Amino acid sequence: MSDDDILVEVRDLKVHFPIKRGVIFDRTVGHVKAVDGVDLRIPRGKTYGLVGESGCGKSTLGRALLQLTPPTDGQVVFDGVELTTLPAGKLRTMRRRMQMIFQDPMSSLDPRQNVESILTEGLQTHGIGKDRDDRRRIIGETLDAVGLPRWALSRYPHEFSGGQRQRIGIARALVLGPELIVADEPVSALDVSIQAQVVNLLDELQDSLGLTYLVIAHDLAVVRHISDMVGVMYLGALVEEAPSDRLYTEPLHPYTRALMSAVPVPDPDVEDRRERILLAGDLPSPANPPSGCRFHTRCPWAQPTRCADERPVLREIGASRVACHWAEQIASGELRPHKVSAEVVRPEGEGETPGVVSAPSEPGSYV
Amino acid sequence: MTITSGKKKQKIDRLAELAARDDERGVSLWQEAFRRLRRNPAAIVGAVILALFVVVAVVGPFLVPYSPTDTIGIRDGLIKPGVIPGIDGDHWLGLDHQGRDEFSRLVVGARQTLLVGVVSTLIGLAVGALIGGVAGAAAGLGGRWGRWIDSTLMRFIDMMLAMPSLLLAVSIAALLGASLTTVMIAVGVVSVPVFARLLRGSMISQANSDYVLAATSLGVRKPKIALTHVVPNSLAPVIVQATLTLATAIIEAAALSFLGLGNPDTSVPEWGVMLADAQQYLDIRPGLAVYPALGIIITALGFTLLGEAMREALDPKLRK
Repeated sequence: MSDDDILVEVRDLKVHFPIKRGVIFDRTVGHVKAVDGVDLRIPRGKTYGLVGESGCGKSTLGRALLQLTPPTDGQVVFDGVELTTLPAGKLRTMRRRMQMIFQDPMSSLDPRQNVESILTEGLQTHGIGKDRDDRRRIIGETLDAVGLPRWALSRYPHEFSGGQRQRIGIARALVLGPELIVADEPVSALDVSIQAQVVNLLDELQDSLGLTYLVIAHDLAVVRHISDMVGVMYLGALVEEAPSDRLYTEPLHPYTRALMSAVPVPDPDVEDRRERILLAGDLPSPANPPSGCRFHTRCPWAQPTRCADERPVLREIGASRVACHWAEQIASGELRPHKVSAEVVRPEGEGETPGVVSAPSEPGSYV
Repeated sequence: MTITSGKKKQKIDRLAELAARDDERGVSLWQEAFRRLRRNPAAIVGAVILALFVVVAVVGPFLVPYSPTDTIGIRDGLIKPGVIPGIDGDHWLGLDHQGRDEFSRLVVGARQTLLVGVVSTLIGLAVGALIGGVAGAAAGLGGRWGRWIDSTLMRFIDMMLAMPSLLLAVSIAALLGASLTTVMIAVGVVSVPVFARLLRGSMISQANSDYVLAATSLGVRKPKIALTHVVPNSLAPVIVQATLTLATAIIEAAALSFLGLGNPDTSVPEWGVMLADAQQYLDIRPGLAVYPALGIIITALGFTLLGEAMREALDPKLRK
């Protein structure tokens, strides 16, 4: 794949939020490392799916990519333009080319604006359309594209159903004619029957308009359906990245394996025999992430060496990129999973250091 | 035949109505809130009370049977030590201790109450909204200066909040000297911190909402987002609070007058002063205290009922 085909490239992106305390005036006492060193590339016209449990930083990554949350460090290159150092005025102009779709269509639409006003706002901001009639024509075409009737124009968001509201949100993003759309949990607030409609709509729009998507979701089935490439995030970093089908059939990272083993199979016999990897404990605090591999505190394959003290980088194995020291050995079955006891995650500077993993027991005992 | 065609006609009308609905304009949030308000009996009762109160306050003084300052009772020799004439045909609520017609005083006093209530609430709303708006905008824009401005303003507001409201009003009234303007300022200042905190909090929560993020991602400038999205959406609780504050302002103004810190011009009857005067004659004519007290209570109730109903009508959580 040549570099010309890459629409967005994220290099070592970091978003750290200061933790503030203070009686009268705030002082910073630490940082929540929501995104801590992510590299990814999204080819033009393709869909990149981002999965991970809540709190892993995937939404923050999406927002930082669009410069809606200022990144602490790293670069975002959009079609050859570095966004993190772009002056505010130029960035605003660039925003026309990259739009966002939100999770909750109710809260992402201003309740006081009718649909026409919602859709006109972006057009006016970027000076698209000669006059009111021209803008109405553009808006009309967009409404047709997302499957909303023309009479929707004078209506207010609270008069629509959830699915229709999400279509309004999609129309607002589309009306500017963007190239990249970041969809943050675009269907998770919708009924299952409506989810399929919206996912299919996103698919159709990609085909007809050549859009590039970054889809953030926790629903693995949705991501698999829509994505060409899937990245798995854990505690602010990518642990694995692979073409969609490969990730689902051949997960390499222990965390991905655990995630995939949670996907139900629509066949009762297979479902009954399905091996489930239950992870012990909670997601550690991103304010005080574990040393070395962030997953080693919960990893059933964690080894006494390397895992706790050396942070793995993404390595290419076949078509995948995996951040695990032992990916090959795990894939070949040389390493067997063992039982992990849940640990109490302690705040920084209290108690013993985390990282004690109980001794390996016989294989399969985690089931 | 006639029946069928009648039914058919009904059906056609119904279809036409349904078809027409598609051309109908959408219902905005305010329209929707107003619809809900009209269906709420508490709102109707509150609105009726307030309408009566406003009519009495505006046109009442022109229609009263006697001048509120005319000491009829003394002139006619009706007032003797230990005797205050009660209700009779000429004087609907009797005479007060100086022989003035109680009913006329009550009606004329309503105007004073309305004036003080509305003006002092407007003072509180204007100053409070200004402080709250600046603090909210500063907090929203962020940066070192934004946070500093916000913190400084809010600590000042906290100091005002820390003082009991009546004590604060009494101190201001005592400091500025008794006058009508003083009463309005004192009662107005007391409500400043509530409006300031409310608008600031409301603005900050709106500024963190997804539709503001959506507007940012469209490329809209921050000041425009603040004016077109954040401020209009932050106003609903402030408007509700203003209605509720009218009730407390009326009570506080009466309390100041009661304590002798009200309007020194005795030619203008005032419910709080009437209440204060009446307490010496409670054993002879308890009615003299009851009438102005009822006036204060019913008016405050009217504002409270309407305010609470507006709160419900505008509450997004109750919206279906």
